[in-house]
Amino acid sequence: MSQTLSRYRVSTRRSAELALLVGAWLIGVFAWILVDANTGDGSLGGWTSLISAGMLLLIAHGVVRWQAPYADPLLLPSVAALNMLGLAMIHRLDAADAQRAASNGSPQPTPDVYLQLTWMLVGLVAFMLVLSFVSDHRRLQRFTFTAGFAGIALLFLPLLPVIGNEVNGARLWISFLGFTFQPGELAKVALTIFFAGFLVTRRHSLALVHRKIFGLGVPRAKDVGPLLLVWLAALLVLILERDLGTSLLLFGLFIVMLYVATGRRSWVIIGGLLLTVGGALAYQAFGHVQIRFNVWLHPFDDPTGNGFQIVQSLYGLANGGIFGTGWGQGYPQLVPFSKTDFITSALGEELGLMGLIAILLLFAIVVERGARAAIATRDPFGNLLAIGLTTAIGIQTFIVVGGVTRLVPLTGLTTPFLSYGGSSLVANYIIIAILIRISNAARAPEITDAQLVMRQEAASQ
Amino acid sequence: MIRQINRVTAVIVFLLLALIINISYIQVFEARDLRGQAGNQRVMLTEYSRERGPILLGSQAIAESTSTDDALKYLREYPDAETLASVTGFYSLVYGATGIESAENDVLAGNDSRFFVDRLQQMFANREPKGGAIRLTIDPAAQAAAMKALNGRTGAVVAIDPSTGAILALASSPSFDPNLLSSHNASDIQTNYDELNADPDQPLLNRPLAMTLPPGSTFKLVTAAAALESGKYSANSELPGPNQINLPGTDVQLGNWNDKACGPGDVTTLQRALEISCNTAFAWLGMELGADAISEQAKKFGFESEFAVPMTAAVSRFPVDPNKPQTAMSAIGQFDVRATALQMALVAAGIANDGVVMKPYLVSQILGPDLTVLQNTNPSAFGRAMSVENSKILRDMMVGVVANGTASKARISGIAVGGKTGTAENAPGEPAHAWFVGLAPSESPKIAIAVVLQNGGGATEVSGNSLAAPIAAAVMRAVLDR
Repeated sequence: MSQTLSRYRVSTRRSAELALLVGAWLIGVFAWILVDANTGDGSLGGWTSLISAGMLLLIAHGVVRWQAPYADPLLLPSVAALNMLGLAMIHRLDAADAQRAASNGSPQPTPDVYLQLTWMLVGLVAFMLVLSFVSDHRRLQRFTFTAGFAGIALLFLPLLPVIGNEVNGARLWISFLGFTFQPGELAKVALTIFFAGFLVTRRHSLALVHRKIFGLGVPRAKDVGPLLLVWLAALLVLILERDLGTSLLLFGLFIVMLYVATGRRSWVIIGGLLLTVGGALAYQAFGHVQIRFNVWLHPFDDPTGNGFQIVQSLYGLANGGIFGTGWGQGYPQLVPFSKTDFITSALGEELGLMGLIAILLLFAIVVERGARAAIATRDPFGNLLAIGLTTAIGIQTFIVVGGVTRLVPLTGLTTPFLSYGGSSLVANYIIIAILIRISNAARAPEITDAQLVMRQEAASQ
Repeated sequence: MIRQINRVTAVIVFLLLALIINISYIQVFEARDLRGQAGNQRVMLTEYSRERGPILLGSQAIAESTSTDDALKYLREYPDAETLASVTGFYSLVYGATGIESAENDVLAGNDSRFFVDRLQQMFANREPKGGAIRLTIDPAAQAAAMKALNGRTGAVVAIDPSTGAILALASSPSFDPNLLSSHNASDIQTNYDELNADPDQPLLNRPLAMTLPPGSTFKLVTAAAALESGKYSANSELPGPNQINLPGTDVQLGNWNDKACGPGDVTTLQRALEISCNTAFAWLGMELGADAISEQAKKFGFESEFAVPMTAAVSRFPVDPNKPQTAMSAIGQFDVRATALQMALVAAGIANDGVVMKPYLVSQILGPDLTVLQNTNPSAFGRAMSVENSKILRDMMVGVVANGTASKARISGIAVGGKTGTAENAPGEPAHAWFVGLAPSESPKIAIAVVLQNGGGATEVSGNSLAAPIAAAVMRAVLDR
């Protein structure tokens, strides 16, 4: 009886997830030990932090086991590994800050890693809440317009007086109760839900060809409306908040989701044209866009001024070479914003090309697994939402890593799961929670074991 | 929708791949250029944070790192600074490194692949990484004698052990104090450097290696070697040696330095012509032998070759395809012949070492951070310049120059010193360069030497003897007294 049953039981792969999660945690532990060995007196001061991080991941795994037993086993361990590596690098840069303060005779700064650890807690709690309360991702479709308004509101929140905060020329932070938050990161999640919900109901009308211009099928004008609206919103963000990265990300995300929803390549081409026009306009209109672009082309023209960040980043990568200097043995603190935007070059310096390739492969795994969930899920909203969220992580990684390695102009975004910053970590853990939820739906057997038992009992009678 | 999802995924994976390719390009192919960029502090910070290995003469450190309590953890110090600046070079925060400090930087900084095991051990033992050491061939007595004898005049001395090629002395004068450029104070360094750089005597120039000058009559050794090697001439072969000869195709009359004929009846021998530095006889000989033969002989001694000792020396030149009068002038070391002091020391060394020129070198041993020997330099031959027989004949002729000829000031009592003086004409009206090239003791030479004093004296053959030969004698005495 039980033998017959086990043939029908779908493997959940939860044990594999647990094993991989332990591996991801150990990567962080060893990194942390090496940092302490190479920068401090060699005593492991952060073991409480490491244990708490491990406990958090374990609890998250428990919630997945309970709430989404058929979920993809690779998603959580991959981002956990990235999160642990990010923690170790922030810890390492804290050590450099402490050293600098000591040699300058200034007071010791508060280590950032503890705040990041707190945000990891918040992020994983959000992850668990989403998994617990969103028992079916299709429910999210009900909140399409709520998510849309919330997304737009979050985007423009930093423009408000009092709570809006301008940092380094970009106005993308809000602060309250002593915490700073980057609402654009959460807006990314809300807007992806909105795009998915909006597009899934209109994809057929959007796919209708109104007429052909230069061989391009052009949709009806009223269908182009929403696209133009998002384009304008992205431009507004760019103009009002000077946030190149977020506007690029949102626009790219919307084009991709339009394309997936309608299956029409003309959207990609129109989107590409709008992007070019928008970019050209921005270049003409804004000094900071011109500077970014010119620095991208000729970073060594002004290596101590405008080119300083990217030049230092490249020096760091060069210093790392193929195998890296090792944890705590490079000079990643010489790169500005090495805990946030430039954490990739810090990792590239100390872990080398090998380390960076491993990190990018972790992102590739997340993308591949996200896409797999997108393909395997059975409802169009799920398809669209999963590929949208996956694309958000993929594009963001490309924009920021490409920026600090001079493949594309530097725009300034956080590196998902690696960078210091709470909003980014929380938003990305929510994305992973939704992807896990969708993958669970995709992988779960259509009939449950209980139904199977009943059916077999009926048959044997 | 599935097809679109697959395409989008492929594009994102392609973008991630593009990142990997770009980063690979930066970290593998571009890395070397980026590390070498002026303004990249990382390389320097890495080096300064590590104890740089010493440069040793025997067991004596002539450049060493002492720990400091400022941000750059170690200070480079040169105890016997001015005497050895041409060897050690400097190690500067602002201006990089020169000399052995630069040429052996990988060892001194500990980056050399030979230290891989040491680095691993240091890592596991949690010890501060340390650089390796370099032991030099320099003979402290010879170097000190050379610097003392040069006495601040602009010039250079190179002394070589002819049997190995080991450089015993490498003196450049006037010298400088590398400590002035190796401090941790960037503005001091700049001020000091600007001052040294503005000095018309160019103290920062490494004269024995970097400066090429017309070798003058010392080049007659090469011409004489070519004559002997041709098989047509011996030491006693008679050559025409009039007061002056006409350079064919020109109105130029080439005369002897003392305005006299080189022998009764305007005839002399090869031996006597070398002893009294007879211009007319060697000019005639040069035209008889032809430019190719002399050029070939010069190349066998090391002309046209680049020597890394390990600092790279300037290449010495013999003119390409000179016409007859140019060949005549070249045969006596004028026209476009240019040689470093190192090169002229190699000519003497080749003659001294039975015709075989050994590759010159400064580094005798590479040592690990704990001063265990990692590598001994094995002397190696650059090539054979002349036969054993002919080298002996030429040595005897050189002994004659010192004993009976123009190089009387190089004599050391009880030792058969061989040599050749030279006075190279500079631009007309300017003082000439005074040269001496020699070896001792003639029967089994222990030292080959070249001395040059830049713009040293009057335009007569006398200055080579009066100015350069005593310096050589002092250095040779220092080596032979050991």
